[in-house]
Amino acid sequence: MRRYFGRKLLVYGLTFFIAATIDWLIPRFMPGDPVQSLVSRQGFGLSAAGSQALVDYYNRLFGLGRPIWEQYLNFWVSLLHGDLGRSVYLTGRPVTSVIMSAVPYTLALLIPAILLSWWLGNNFGALAARRKWLDNVVLPIGYIFTATPYMWLAIIVAWVFGFILNIFPISGGYSYSMEPSLTLGFLGSLLSHWFMPFISLFLVQFGGWAIGMRNMIIYELDADYSRYLGALGAPSGLVRRYAFRNAVLPQVTGLALQLGVIVSGALVTEIVFSYPGIGKLLLAAIQNEDFFLLQGIFLFVIGGVLIANFLVDIAYVLVDPRTRVGMSGGTA
Amino acid sequence: MSLQVTDLRVYYRTLAGDVKALDGVTLGIADGEIMGLAGESGCGKSTFGNSLIRIEGRMKHVGGTVTLDGVPLPIDDQREMDHFRFAEVSIIPQYAMSALNPTRKIGKMVAELLATRGVRYRDAREELERRIVLVGLSRDVLDRYPIELSGGMKQRMVMVVSTLLDPSLLIADEITSALDVSSQRAVAQTLVEFRDRGFVKSMIVVTHDVSILYQISNTLAIMYAGKLAEKAPTEVMMSRPRHPYTRLLISSLPEIGVRFEEQRLSGIPGTPPSLLNPPTGCRFRDRCPLAIAKCAEEEPPFVEIEPGHSVACWMAT
Amino acid sequence: MTATRPADDAQLAVTPDAERAGGQGVPGGLSAPPVRGASEAVGSRREILYFVLRSRKVIVAAAILVVMIVLAVVGPILRPGDPNALVGPLASPPSADYWFGTTTFGQDIFAQFVAGLGASFLVGLAGGGLAAVIGVVIGFVAGYRGGIVDEILSMLTNVVLVIPTLALLLVATAYLAARGLLVEAAFIGLTSWPWAARAIRAQTFSLKSREFVDLARISGVSSWRVIFGEIAPNMSSYLFLTFVLLFGGAILIAASLDFIGLGPTDGTSLGLMMYNAVAWSALQLGLWWWFVPPGIAITAIVGALYVMNVGLDEIFNPRLRES
Repeated sequence: MRRYFGRKLLVYGLTFFIAATIDWLIPRFMPGDPVQSLVSRQGFGLSAAGSQALVDYYNRLFGLGRPIWEQYLNFWVSLLHGDLGRSVYLTGRPVTSVIMSAVPYTLALLIPAILLSWWLGNNFGALAARRKWLDNVVLPIGYIFTATPYMWLAIIVAWVFGFILNIFPISGGYSYSMEPSLTLGFLGSLLSHWFMPFISLFLVQFGGWAIGMRNMIIYELDADYSRYLGALGAPSGLVRRYAFRNAVLPQVTGLALQLGVIVSGALVTEIVFSYPGIGKLLLAAIQNEDFFLLQGIFLFVIGGVLIANFLVDIAYVLVDPRTRVGMSGGTA
Repeated sequence: MSLQVTDLRVYYRTLAGDVKALDGVTLGIADGEIMGLAGESGCGKSTFGNSLIRIEGRMKHVGGTVTLDGVPLPIDDQREMDHFRFAEVSIIPQYAMSALNPTRKIGKMVAELLATRGVRYRDAREELERRIVLVGLSRDVLDRYPIELSGGMKQRMVMVVSTLLDPSLLIADEITSALDVSSQRAVAQTLVEFRDRGFVKSMIVVTHDVSILYQISNTLAIMYAGKLAEKAPTEVMMSRPRHPYTRLLISSLPEIGVRFEEQRLSGIPGTPPSLLNPPTGCRFRDRCPLAIAKCAEEEPPFVEIEPGHSVACWMAT
Repeated sequence: MTATRPADDAQLAVTPDAERAGGQGVPGGLSAPPVRGASEAVGSRREILYFVLRSRKVIVAAAILVVMIVLAVVGPILRPGDPNALVGPLASPPSADYWFGTTTFGQDIFAQFVAGLGASFLVGLAGGGLAAVIGVVIGFVAGYRGGIVDEILSMLTNVVLVIPTLALLLVATAYLAARGLLVEAAFIGLTSWPWAARAIRAQTFSLKSREFVDLARISGVSSWRVIFGEIAPNMSSYLFLTFVLLFGGAILIAASLDFIGLGPTDGTSLGLMMYNAVAWSALQLGLWWWFVPPGIAITAIVGALYVMNVGLDEIFNPRLRES
């Protein structure tokens, strides 16, 4: 067990290390001088001397004059201090605090969407595997949803329910006329702004899980242990119960594999709804060429995904009894 | 009579038509009898064994009846058949080594299975453990997951589980095929012991390896291309087989002590006919050294030539 | 007395199931086909063709794809010139002149649409193809060699697997001033191969221990020839299906990238159309003809690919045909 988790932690640690290093490397090895482009893009209409002064300032600020290895070390030091630099477009606010103010919104979308879609999707898929009429409905719907790009479903949901039917607001995290407060009105506004991005995220994933589970169940129902139970006259209830339990396992692993995709989906969904999460921040960073913010978001997202992966790994060990046995070395 | 099968026909549905895998088999098995059922791959012996317990997948019951202890077996009614499965008719499947749910402790699975039969695990546990020890496993196997057992151990466990409710009829489907010779012997002896101790009343042992059957079965039945070729007590079958196919089979077995220079092993040239469109007359005639004109026109009936010894061959009768 | 398995085998025992659960760019359970052996390999070409023609899934999916391809090829001929040119009335709904209407700037949406279709197919092909090549090579080598080579490659695979593609791509492409279609395809190809590598590795493991491989090795055939001569043909259907899924996945990833503005800096694409639509308030203005077609196209193409994947899998894997 320890070896299994040790291994996983090693991979995650290595991944984060590599990702952070790539993150650090890229601006330094891309064509052109990032500081020059930074200054020229800011376009303050400075004189040549003024621009040069700014360039020198930035170079000193980012330690770009120092030897490479020293820069690298400083990078890690500040990283461990939670210092991701300062956002350029948001005029000097620390990147960390900018990201942290957006994180709750993103998590509020992600966590319920992932958990609910996974749970409901699996159960629907299992049901569909049993009843032909449900199967004929679930299958095409599932395929359509899972093939839909996240942002497009978001657009359609926004258009139909927000624009045409006018039930939900299309943009923002809460009503623009409100101030954040712990009132019912504000919470209601939060919820109504949350609903459409949530449902959009939910639907795409739901389709995937439902189809996946359906296929897994069919596969398990055809397995030797299912046939054996059938040959011994076990009622279909027992067979289905076993099949479900066994089919869930790869779905758990699948969740870990999907996390990257789901997070990407959340980001683009937020953009469509101007929802004040990381996605919106990301778009702003790209459009304003705020590299610090961009890099900060990147590291943050990677870190988050790695943590989530680890949680899923823990969940898997809990769910699959074989892992505990096989890994503890078994007993004589 | 423990088991009586009359003109059983079970076909496989395929896109190209019906494969007549089992095309009219009639036989009877007495209480306490171990019948060996042998033949080449595709002769229908596995289909026979499986159709007695569960007609699944592409199989379809086309005709014929099965009676067990005087009661007709509803082999094509899945729900009705459930009453008989496990308690009256049981099977040690060919896939025994993967027949246990990989994510369930073995004891738990047995408990849940018994519960569906209205048997409390607590009541059955003592006997279960006794039998587990009998087959050479240790009691704590009940607390293990299948992944912790070797293939042979899993198979033995399945043997115990399948016979736990003391069925009238046990079908052993190719259970020695994946084993080495000494394991084969051990398993074969276990089967006999099950019968001797009264765990099962009668048994059908399906295999393509005739030499095993020689050791343990009371009677031997040989099938070819979906039909029975010959059936007789084992001694009789080995010493004076009448059907040309049986005789070729027996003579293709090596004998210990006989050297190759003295007596060559003979195989049987040719291959079995297609069961999609079986030929008229006797299905063995293309490979039979004794075939005559009549064999191509009329199918030889399966008749008794001496007590307990039946053959389907024009030349043998 | 018991058959104890080392941790690695437990990992392997767990992994094949994971292959069935799919991976990045491939949704939830839409899986690479489960590991199976040579004995279930398909019969002759004719048999395959026979089943293909009878499979409703494959026929419908192929039909959709053909329609899209025809549109992508014929469309630009019908509407030559720069798709981003300002040609028509501003923000007008579909009409006889402009089948898909115009944007807020008066661009012909249909022209953009067919150009974008072509771009999507290209990216899918190039990106998916690159990912397929990398994944197959790494998977084969890891599966066949085993041992330390396998350990290293698996570690590499796991690392790349965990990184969210979008996150990596956004940083990389943000720094490149000029980005072409092929650059985008290259990035996608370099990051979406891991699940394919794992699936191929698992299959290679399973096939490696088959008798016919042992026979080849005993006869002194070199490793590469064993891989390509014995193992690959038995996996050919599996490889094809893996490519189909990678193709679809690449299209989706490219659309997402384009949507946040990290796509090619020139040309047009379906994702870019949606980006523009949202950026220029097509939602609030009700210009549905701007954002509906690109999304439908992507959904249709990817959906068709997934369905075709399943349909072909049923053909190649007879067991699934029952259900």
